[in-house]
Amino acid sequence: MSKPVPPEKLAQAGAWLAALGVPAILLALLGFLLWRGVPGLSLALFFADTPPLAALRGAPVFDGLWPACLGTLALVALATAIAVPLGVASGIYLAEYATGRAKALLAFAIDLLAGIPSILMGLFGFALILFLRRTVAPDANTGLLLSALCLAVLVLPYVIGTTRLALENLPLQLRLTGASLGLSPGRTVRHLLLPAALPGIFSGVMLAVGRAAEDTAVILMTGVVANAGAPASLTGKYEALPFHIYYLAAEHQSPAELTQAFAAALVLLALTGLMFLAARVLQTRLERQWTTEPTP
Amino acid sequence: MPRGNITPSLLLFATLVSALSVLAIFGFLLWFAAPVFTGETLSSLLSWQWRPQQGEFGILPMLAGSLCLAGSAMLLAYPLGLGLCCFMHGLGPTWAARPLLGIVRGMTSVPTVVYGLVSAFLLIPLIRAGFSGSGFSWLAAGLTLAMLILPTIVLILDSQFRTIHAQTQLTAAALGFTPAQQVLRLTLPLSTRGLLVAAALGFGRAIGDTLIPLMLAGNAPLLPHSPLDPLRTLTSHIALVVATDSQSAAYGSLFACGVILFMVSLLVNLALRRLRHE
Repeated sequence: MSKPVPPEKLAQAGAWLAALGVPAILLALLGFLLWRGVPGLSLALFFADTPPLAALRGAPVFDGLWPACLGTLALVALATAIAVPLGVASGIYLAEYATGRAKALLAFAIDLLAGIPSILMGLFGFALILFLRRTVAPDANTGLLLSALCLAVLVLPYVIGTTRLALENLPLQLRLTGASLGLSPGRTVRHLLLPAALPGIFSGVMLAVGRAAEDTAVILMTGVVANAGAPASLTGKYEALPFHIYYLAAEHQSPAELTQAFAAALVLLALTGLMFLAARVLQTRLERQWTTEPTP
Repeated sequence: MPRGNITPSLLLFATLVSALSVLAIFGFLLWFAAPVFTGETLSSLLSWQWRPQQGEFGILPMLAGSLCLAGSAMLLAYPLGLGLCCFMHGLGPTWAARPLLGIVRGMTSVPTVVYGLVSAFLLIPLIRAGFSGSGFSWLAAGLTLAMLILPTIVLILDSQFRTIHAQTQLTAAALGFTPAQQVLRLTLPLSTRGLLVAAALGFGRAIGDTLIPLMLAGNAPLLPHSPLDPLRTLTSHIALVVATDSQSAAYGSLFACGVILFMVSLLVNLALRRLRHE
């Protein structure tokens, strides 16, 4: 009978398999994406037959990514405009003011919000429209503002979480400094703690932007369409990058359209990747800033 | 408001708005689903037949589909994530840990739709060539979903391993443990809580994803009998019914699906809360 393999060796083999397998799969995915997408990257990808300068001035673009880019931009801008003030304020309250049972309850509600599938945010928006139609506004329909509102609820927990964490991880000295200078708690927060936590808060905003830009399930339910042109009004239909990719993956009519889908995926990946990197840089800066201080 | 000061009441208001949005979502879902939860419609809902034209709105196939898909994705991603973490904390070379963690962190920024697109044109043809059928199947969606939830699992386990490692470092060194022995005999057994938290969050993420099953699982409202069969999840069911805009009788079942999904995330969060307070 052969000697049994020691469990350490077995575990080691498994760990190596995982450590080599996951990067290999990712490389394959990225390689495939580049191979199919890079040939489609050009100005024509965005503007098709419309001259770029004319498109920037508002000329309609057909068959290009430009309307979808504008739609995503509008969506992200509106969603962050709603989520950031609300989220930062909630984060400050949870970190600095809330206590006891109230804090536990509020924090649980936010955690629960973070765990809710994005399709339910979309369903919520859809229900909201059904509700409005039955009550005050029979003509209510899905559109840009509704999507932005639902996306804002989706990314709210990110902003709250990072704000709260950035404040709670600040060193005690900073709070003591405020108290010793005779600042009221409110002023300590405003003039000492918030400026120190700013990189952390910004990293949360970047994560929120990335998440709002990539989510498809929410907008699928709340007003995105395949061919709307540039977003015209807050209540109108619109196009967006992730939905464009999803739509072309299922409904492409020609190989050229499929290449456009892959190129659009590259553009979206670059956008979310950039947001992620910016968030990482800010987080590391915050960590480094406070770990060089001597701990009390 | 005095200059440079922050009024706590304004902050409290914002926090209440944020916290109440959860209640608002649940309230809306429940209100629209309520008519379905009474009498005959309930039995029609709890059946295995989804034929809206014949007035049959059974959502059991979708419930089973969601559980099958999330379960299989966890079965793949969890051991993989555990292996990665053990590799980073002792089973692999020290220099490899940082870049590997960087890669996993980077995975969180990959849009779901990009995973879906690449799988649809890389994985699906492979499955179609290797087996028969269309390729759009439980298998394709499960494999892709496993990649999607992997970072969630790894990042939680990693932070737990890090804490335990720091606490036991000196003892392990004093006892002459090798790094491999330390992670397998000390860190891993002491990380039970992190292991459970990672499982709960990973499962929640897997069952809540819409796009991967929608793009890859084939969406037939039937109970799958093999990994090559198509399936439909609760999430993709919601997206499909809204998109096809069938008669409003189907909407009731839609919100019932929503309530079920909400309940699942509530259960996951209650489990997490218990774990954190133990």
